[in-house]
Amino acid sequence: MISIKKLHKKYGKLEVLKSIDLNFEDSGIHTILGPNGSGKTTLMKAILGMVIPNDGSIEFNNKPILGEWEYRKDIAYLPQIAHFPQNLKVQELLNMLKDIRPGAVREAELISLFQIKPFLNKKLGNLSGGTAQKVNIIIALMFDSPLILMDEPTVGLDPISLIRLKKLILDEKSKGKLILITTHIISFVEEVSDRIVFILDGNIYFNGTIDTLKKQTNQKNLENAIANILEKTNV
Amino acid sequence: MFKILKYSFYDLMRSRWSYLYFIFYLLLGLILLFLNRDVSKAVITLLNIILVLTPLIGTLFGIIYFYNSKEFTELLLAQPIKRSHIFWGQYFGISLSLSLSLVLGLGIPFLAYGIFQSTEIFNFMTLLLIGAMLTFIFVALAFNLALIFDDKIKGFGVAILTWLSFAVIYDGIFLVLLLVFNDYPLDRFALGATLFNPIDLSRILILLKLDISALLGYTGAVFQNFFGTNLGIILTFTLLNLWIIIPVLAIKVISKHKDF
Repeated sequence: MISIKKLHKKYGKLEVLKSIDLNFEDSGIHTILGPNGSGKTTLMKAILGMVIPNDGSIEFNNKPILGEWEYRKDIAYLPQIAHFPQNLKVQELLNMLKDIRPGAVREAELISLFQIKPFLNKKLGNLSGGTAQKVNIIIALMFDSPLILMDEPTVGLDPISLIRLKKLILDEKSKGKLILITTHIISFVEEVSDRIVFILDGNIYFNGTIDTLKKQTNQKNLENAIANILEKTNV
Repeated sequence: MFKILKYSFYDLMRSRWSYLYFIFYLLLGLILLFLNRDVSKAVITLLNIILVLTPLIGTLFGIIYFYNSKEFTELLLAQPIKRSHIFWGQYFGISLSLSLSLVLGLGIPFLAYGIFQSTEIFNFMTLLLIGAMLTFIFVALAFNLALIFDDKIKGFGVAILTWLSFAVIYDGIFLVLLLVFNDYPLDRFALGATLFNPIDLSRILILLKLDISALLGYTGAVFQNFFGTNLGIILTFTLLNLWIIIPVLAIKVISKHKDF
């Protein structure tokens, strides 16, 4: 579905992605791991066309995305930090987005799942961090898109909402969707992901299943395996 | 694009700043007509206010709106919408709502006063048109600057400086040059320099229309000498349109290469 070739991106002198090659097939949950500032968000934004690469190409369904916009109707994006227009009400924002992008089929279902109903008439600026994140999730997932990009979806969620989110993600996967997630919560990765891509300093250090990673590093659990990669690179 | 335009327009129509701007023009129109029973004199006074104020308000609103709606813009960028349509939609939303405040704010008092019975109606309409065009020009310039500078303070500073240079500094530099190069023929240079200032172009256009040579100033006089009144009006009007079209196209070009 997505094929990334020799993707290179720098902000000023800072090289964020150094010639990355990646392929994502048609379905499954892929987690992108890496320390802060390793280029995970930049990678997602490049797929969305929000960040323009310095070099390399990204193809979505075998078509280059540079300068295109229609392909985004097949992508649901959950940004890392929920930035909303502060003076709008939740319902107004949802209506506006539905008007701009037709095809929001799951709005009501998600609102009841995350219990957002009491907040629909509150201003977005007055929401707590967790509630804002739930609104963020609703906005992203109310469109039925074959590709879902989630940038740290778990931030600020309470345990119950986290369980619901996990179930939601697994449901989406069972519908045959491709889901890319960045996160720092290892237990979350172990539970949901089919494949791990580990990015460090703009390079891909590991790309494969959790079991392969464990075998490769001779570690029993994922946390140590990841620590193992990080330590090796520091030596 | 029209959906974005619609939301930006409504958003601004709901904000109290649009009302303040509208009420300001309403009061200005009323007071001018109250103090000055002569409509043609009121039009000239208005001209001087519009030439300074619409560019300033356009610049300020443009830059503030752009930075304030950054979150919404980022949300839109992830949706299946053309980049240029997002920014153009916002741009036309602001420009239209500001122009509406101007036209309604000044239109209502003058209409009540009976502008339609007056011979000044076309001059007054030209004045409103110029005000709207200056709004479109300076909002577009502000949008370009906001796209170039991510840092709000920097963007704001440069935008104010841009307004200041067109409204004030340009005239100053021009005067100094005229004094220094007094011995040389500066007509051609003056003509050329005028093209680069939309405020000066607007002033010349309306004064050619009003046919008041005393107020034309140096550049205006040269303009009238060189092109005559009618050609001068057509030329200034065309140039003002270019001043809108080029920055609006620049919004597309600059936004195309920007990371969000």
